[in-house]
Parts: sequence; structure tokens; C-alpha cells
Amino acid sequence: MNKIQITIIVILLAALLAFPQFITSESVLNLAVYVLLYVSIASSWNVLGGFAGQTNLGHAAFFGVGALVTRMLWFAGWNIFASMVIGALVAVVLALIIGVPAFRLRGVYFAIGTLALSQILLITVGNTFSTISSIPTEDLKVYSLVPRYYMFLGVALLTIVTAYVLLNSRFGLGITAVREEEDAAESLGVSALKYKMLAFGISAFFGGLTGGAFAFYHVGYYPQLTFGPEWTFDSMMMAYIGGVGTIVGPVIGAVFFVVLREFLALRFAEFHLIIFGVLFILVVLFLPDGFMGIWEKIRKRLLRRSK
Amino acid sequence: MLEAFAQNLVYGVLIGALYGLAAVGLSLVFGVTKFLNVAHGEFLMVGGYASFWLFTLWQVDPFVSLPAAIVSLLVLGAVFYQALFSRMVKLTEGVKIQNTLLIGFGVSLILQNLALKLWTADTRSITTAYSGQVFNFLGIRFPLVRVASLLIALVLVIALQLFLRRTYTGKALRATVENWEAATLMGIDIHRVYLLSFVMGAALAGVAGALVGVGYSIEPGMGMSWTLKSLVVMVLGGLGSITGTFVGGIILGLTESATGFIALMAGGGLTYKEVVGLVLFLLVLVFRPEGLFGSKEG
Repeated sequence: MNKIQITIIVILLAALLAFPQFITSESVLNLAVYVLLYVSIASSWNVLGGFAGQTNLGHAAFFGVGALVTRMLWFAGWNIFASMVIGALVAVVLALIIGVPAFRLRGVYFAIGTLALSQILLITVGNTFSTISSIPTEDLKVYSLVPRYYMFLGVALLTIVTAYVLLNSRFGLGITAVREEEDAAESLGVSALKYKMLAFGISAFFGGLTGGAFAFYHVGYYPQLTFGPEWTFDSMMMAYIGGVGTIVGPVIGAVFFVVLREFLALRFAEFHLIIFGVLFILVVLFLPDGFMGIWEKIRKRLLRRSK
Repeated sequence: MLEAFAQNLVYGVLIGALYGLAAVGLSLVFGVTKFLNVAHGEFLMVGGYASFWLFTLWQVDPFVSLPAAIVSLLVLGAVFYQALFSRMVKLTEGVKIQNTLLIGFGVSLILQNLALKLWTADTRSITTAYSGQVFNFLGIRFPLVRVASLLIALVLVIALQLFLRRTYTGKALRATVENWEAATLMGIDIHRVYLLSFVMGAALAGVAGALVGVGYSIEPGMGMSWTLKSLVVMVLGGLGSITGTFVGGIILGLTESATGFIALMAGGGLTYKEVVGLVLFLLVLVFRPEGLFGSKEG
């Protein structure tokens, strides 16, 4: 990172930390919470889907498990941080259990297998926990949005920093090699399964942690909600539109997604999904690097001109 | 008790025929082109709505309007193929599957939300004068429209099988499945073969959708469940076998209804029958990836 980048990051960080001190509007804070939630979930999907190139169509399973376990422990009187970590770890265990058989099958079977898994959980959780899960009234009296905002900010930063450190480490080299040419990587002594499992575990951990933050934030919802396929699909689209396999891509994708949704929701509900679907197809067909790809092109052109 | 169980199994076979029909379409496309069209369930949904509106607006009998459902899906399939999927023809197999999966997903999102906008989230079904008719045999009830749907599905699958075995074009399709490069060298126009199998797959989804609209019900969000069921059946039946896939559909229908019955007897939720197919699917993927009826080379 150069000086300019570090300055930008420091300013951005200061702004994010100070944000709730200046903004008191609840709707703006809620919006900020959702931006951070989508940043975290899209970035966590990206660790496996982008870095490792394994399309996970069942990320909602990990988000949902994280939320479910956190909510149960927290309501049982546990500390919220401990509950969230346990929730995330349960998500990791789930990933490791299905990872071994799923990675034996390449490509598309992994995608469909994970989708099947998340649908199984969606239906089973819907049957088992059929009543609404609400924060108890006495806790609700002291409920405040500000700590929720900081919780999501913490989870988002942790996810991004971990992804950054991972990508710039030995792990990053190994997983990129596996994504680009699995057989060649294997022949050089890189264990594809080990790297994929690692990526899957980390992805599930942060997906679960985001779910835990959601459990801390949301006042009342049906547990089934957090297992819905839209969590996966939104994450995937945000990562692709922003720039899949990059650190900044999912962040930009998430901000864009929430802003577009807010902007369109006033006039046409759910219309943002049609626009997002079209954009997604265009990105897959013509712009495999998403918004980040456009940015790279502009930057290169500017650099050339300034020389 | 036994009678109720038998009745359940009959219902299982009847819905299973539609699973089979939908899956045969998906399997045909995947076998020939290696395109994994996850918008297959949305194609089915569109077929259902085409039939529903023809009946509601102009009182066209849903069985008479089947050709219209076929034609609308042929057109829809051709449009999506030309605009999007045709760009994937020359890619290597892994990239092709991955990219078509992503594009199909985008298409399904668009179709589903458009349907939601245009036709609302209401559940609809086509209720004709004869919809409630049943005939009894050995104390078991056979709903007329569902039995007719099963027969239509059967006829279509046999016709498709004959087309692939007996006609020149069908042989070109099968040659492309075996080895598309060799097929191209033998003078087969691969683009035409791909287009044909893609629109035929879409048309089969359209028919299945129309039949679902008559015997059961349709709604904009039904696509994903049908895509998943078709995928499950495709893997169960083993890739590349039309008959195997159709039988796989009936097996899924039977398994679902048996599970539903047992869950009901045990006091559980009826929705568990939706889970059993997916669990079966994961088990087959892990232990027998070539499918129940597929050969190892499949």
C-alpha cells in the first residue's frame, strides 16, 4: 500500500467510527447497518467463491447457522461476543463436514450440493423453529442501534482485514494457483483439497459471524429468514458486480446494492433485483472483473497519459 | 391405512411424471451442450403462466393450448440462447458449466421478478369444468387431469427417444454428446445442434409448466424448487439417459409421497417431503455420482 492509499483508509476509518456521533437519524443508521452487513457477507462469500473459484450457492446456510446459534446462546444469557464466536465456529464445523465429500466432486456439483444443503436447512429450520424469535421486552427497553452499528463495523473490518492478509500470504498464492489450474498446482505439491477446505472454513466462519451480528441486531424475525437463498444470491451478485476475487470489489458491490435498493424501493419494490440480474449477466459476459476492472482500465489509461 | 398409503403412492407417480418431464428437458440441454441452465424452473413457470392466461382471458382449454405453450417457450428459449448462451459454445467444459450456471441464475432472477411484477405473487391454478373429476379403481382415486398429464409426459418422452434414435437430426445430437469436435469435423453444424437442444429443453419445461398449472398450482417463485428437483432427478437418473431420467422423476415422486405419508403419520410436517429429495441427491452425489442408472463412463 502506498501513502495515498493509507491516508484514504485512515480518513475512511475515522469517518466510519465517528458516524453514529453525528448521525442520529434511525433510518440512516439502519441503512449503514445493512451496508456493513452486506459488505461482510459478500466479502466472506468472496473468500471461497472469488479467491478459490468455488461457487458456493449455499452461503445462507452458514449465515443462518451463525444467526441461529448466536440467538439461542445470547437469549440463554451468554455474552454476545462469546455467542457469536461459537455460532461462527458451528458454521465452520458444518463447512468442514460437507466440504470433504463436496470437493471430491468438481465445479458444478459443489455449487449444486451447497445449494441443496442450504435448502435442506431452510426447510428443516422452518419446520423446527416455526415461531418468531423476538428480543425479550426488558432487553428491548434498552435496545439501541449504536452498539449494533459498531458490532457490524467490527465484523466488516475483521472480514476485510482477514481477507486482505490471506490474499497477500502464502495461502493467497496457493489458493490462486488452485483456482487457475488445479492439476498443475497439485503437481507442484500444492494440496488443492487443503487450500479449498481452508478457504471454505474461513468463508463459513465470517458468514457465520455476520449471521451472529444479525441475530444481535434484528428485533424479531422467523429463524427461517436467515437461511433464505437470497442471502447467498445477493452476496454472489455483489461480489461479481464489484469485482470477484478482489478485496475492494465486494465492498463496492455491497454499497452499490444497498443504495440502488433504497433508491428504487421508494417507487418499485424488488425492482432492484431485475436491474441487478441484468447487471450480473452483463458482468459475467463482458466484464469478468466487475467495477474494479473498469477502475483498473481507467487508472492504467490515466497513468499512461501522465507519463 | 394401506389404502391411504397406496393412494399416496399413486399421487407420487402422478407428480413424479412431471418431475421426470421437466428433468428430461434439463438433462437434454446439459447432455448436448454442457450448459447448466438453472433458469429451467423459470422457463417452466413461464409455460404455466402462458397456459393460465390463455385459459383465463380467452377460455382456451389448457390441453388444447399446449402447442401454444410449446411455441412460446421455443421462442423464449431461442431469444435467451441467441442473446446469452450462444457466447458460451466454444469454452472448455468446466468454464462453460460455471458461466452458464451464473448466467442462468441471472436469467432466473429477472424472469422471477418480472413475473412477480406482472402477475403478482398470487398462487394460481387452471380450473376447468372437468378439473374435479376422478375415477376410482380398486378404491383408489385417480384425478382425471393428472392422469392425462402423465400420459402426455409419457408420449413426449417416447417421442423424444424416437427422435434421438431414429432421425438424422437426432443422431447429430447424439454424436455431439459423444464428441462435439469429431461431430463438427463430420459436418454437423454445432451451433444449430446446440440451439435445437436448448429450445427443445425449454419447450419441455413449458409443457411441464402448463401441466403443473392444470393439475396443481403455479406462482412466480416456483422456479428454484423445480430447477432443484430437475437437477436432483437428472443426477438420480444418470446423465445422458432419457428413460433413466424419466424413471428418476417417478422415483423422486414416490420417495416424496412416501416420506410425506410417514411424516404425517408420525405427526411431523408435510414439508419434510421437500427435504428428502435433496438429501437423496447429496447421498447420490457422494456415493454414486454416475447416477442410479448411469454407467461409470456416463
